[in-house]
Amino acid sequence: MSGRIVHIASNTFREAVRDRVLYNLIAFALLMSGAAILVGQISIEIERLVVVNLGLTAVSLFGMVIAIFIGIGLVSKEIERRTLYTVLSRPVRRWEFIVGKFFGLAGTLVVNAFFMAIGVFGALLYVSRHFQKADGWVLVALYFIILQFLIITALALLFSSFSSPLLSAVFAFGLFVIGSFAEDLRGFAALTHGVMRSLATGAAYLVPNFSALNVISSVAHQQPVSGQLILYNTIYALIYATMALSGAVLIFEHRNLK
Amino acid sequence: MRPSRRITVTFGLLLILCMMGSVVFLRRLDRVRSGATLEEVLYISSPQVLKRMSLGYDGLLADIYWTRAVQYFGGKLHHRERRFDLLAPLLEITTTLDPHLLVAYEYGANFMSPKPPNGAGMPKRAIELEEFGIRNNPDQWRLYYNEGFIYYMDLKDYAGAADAFARGSQVPNAHPFLKLMAGQMAEHAGDLQMARAMWSTTYQTTQEKSVRDNAAAHLRAIKVDEDVTALEALVARYREQTGLLPLSFSDLERAGMLRGIPVDPLSNPYRLMFDGRVEVFNPDDLPFIEKGTPPGYVAPPPKLLPAD
Repeated sequence: MSGRIVHIASNTFREAVRDRVLYNLIAFALLMSGAAILVGQISIEIERLVVVNLGLTAVSLFGMVIAIFIGIGLVSKEIERRTLYTVLSRPVRRWEFIVGKFFGLAGTLVVNAFFMAIGVFGALLYVSRHFQKADGWVLVALYFIILQFLIITALALLFSSFSSPLLSAVFAFGLFVIGSFAEDLRGFAALTHGVMRSLATGAAYLVPNFSALNVISSVAHQQPVSGQLILYNTIYALIYATMALSGAVLIFEHRNLK
Repeated sequence: MRPSRRITVTFGLLLILCMMGSVVFLRRLDRVRSGATLEEVLYISSPQVLKRMSLGYDGLLADIYWTRAVQYFGGKLHHRERRFDLLAPLLEITTTLDPHLLVAYEYGANFMSPKPPNGAGMPKRAIELEEFGIRNNPDQWRLYYNEGFIYYMDLKDYAGAADAFARGSQVPNAHPFLKLMAGQMAEHAGDLQMARAMWSTTYQTTQEKSVRDNAAAHLRAIKVDEDVTALEALVARYREQTGLLPLSFSDLERAGMLRGIPVDPLSNPYRLMFDGRVEVFNPDDLPFIEKGTPPGYVAPPPKLLPAD
């Protein structure tokens, strides 16, 4: 990776930390410890289930919110503050700026998810008193959540490269919701006919498939995740993020910044 | 700064390649995860809770659940499965979210009522669905008709059928045939003529092509069952008279029992087997037939999914 990309990425990470993004970890810690204690007292035999479900859902939602709200401002904020012109006046290419921003935010999200994962496993240990072999699948679910972050970060950057922050947030959040129903969308497409079918199928394949990346319920029930699913999800998420990032680069390259 | 042509081409190509790659891997993911969403769908099984959670967008949610019910049923049917555990809850959720979604009652009851492999074999749940529909749409005569139909065809409860038809006949603008059916139910309960009359009514009164096709298929099946019964009776009579089984329908023709080679509703000739049984030319083309099939015949899965 070029040194310039690394610089932009590390600056983006530092900026996110300065913006107190990681403060969400406090809310997360409170949520997890509260849930672990409360559920243990008011319910029977579902403590582990609740901790895994709640913990992974919180990791996913907190991360998504951060990815969308930081991601949409990555380009527009730089333009607004006019710092972008300073950056681009140096020997930094526009595509390097976009790619660097992507890695910076992705890194922030990975660090964030890492600390949250420690919280989830801590709560799990508290309610179960010991770890089980099946708890390893929680790591797979966390890995899939990080893959989701990569996709949504790339999408937020894509929208941010041509639209206002508000609209970018709406687009990114909309795609997150639609992507969570991606399999149903393809089901709808299969029910149509003719030209409509082609259009609907095309649209269904274009939106990101977040549903395949969500295995929270199954790992909460200690069900294993197949190696094939891990492999295909990894490749798919990387391809999709690269696709969105390429779109962002293409738009940003041709954007008139004057 | 002018955009570099090299960067545009590189990222443009990357975009196209990734787009194609994502489709390829999405299809692989679909294969790995086939049916996963439908199994997960009922983590919230209470229709009332879902209705509240829909924040007023219950119409759209009902449409989504209806589509899921169709996909669930179609998928199970296609794979010749005999258990349809989620069908009734899916339909219950759909109709609670939108009690005026008439298509869910009409098709839903038809999914639930027939015996496997043509349906879920849950006629009582189908009746409950129709009753719920009637309570919410009392002016829709087709719901009464469908309920009577299930009572008649699947439950063989002719009194229940007569009652449903009688109630339906009192609805304004009800099809006049309902009154007739209510009256004839006691007299002709259980005979093929009555079944034929009911499928004919379904055929004539529906606007839906798939319902019409289904009714037409049932009418053809009734005709085949009647034909095969009659032809096998002729074969038995021939044997009584001659002490031999006929080698072909020509023997029956020469004996003055037939006027020509009999054909099925698709105009294919019936086949007389060496043991005196009568078979249709291709049973796969005539779904729902109960007679005229080779021994041990297993019907192909009924066609429902558009992908079929």
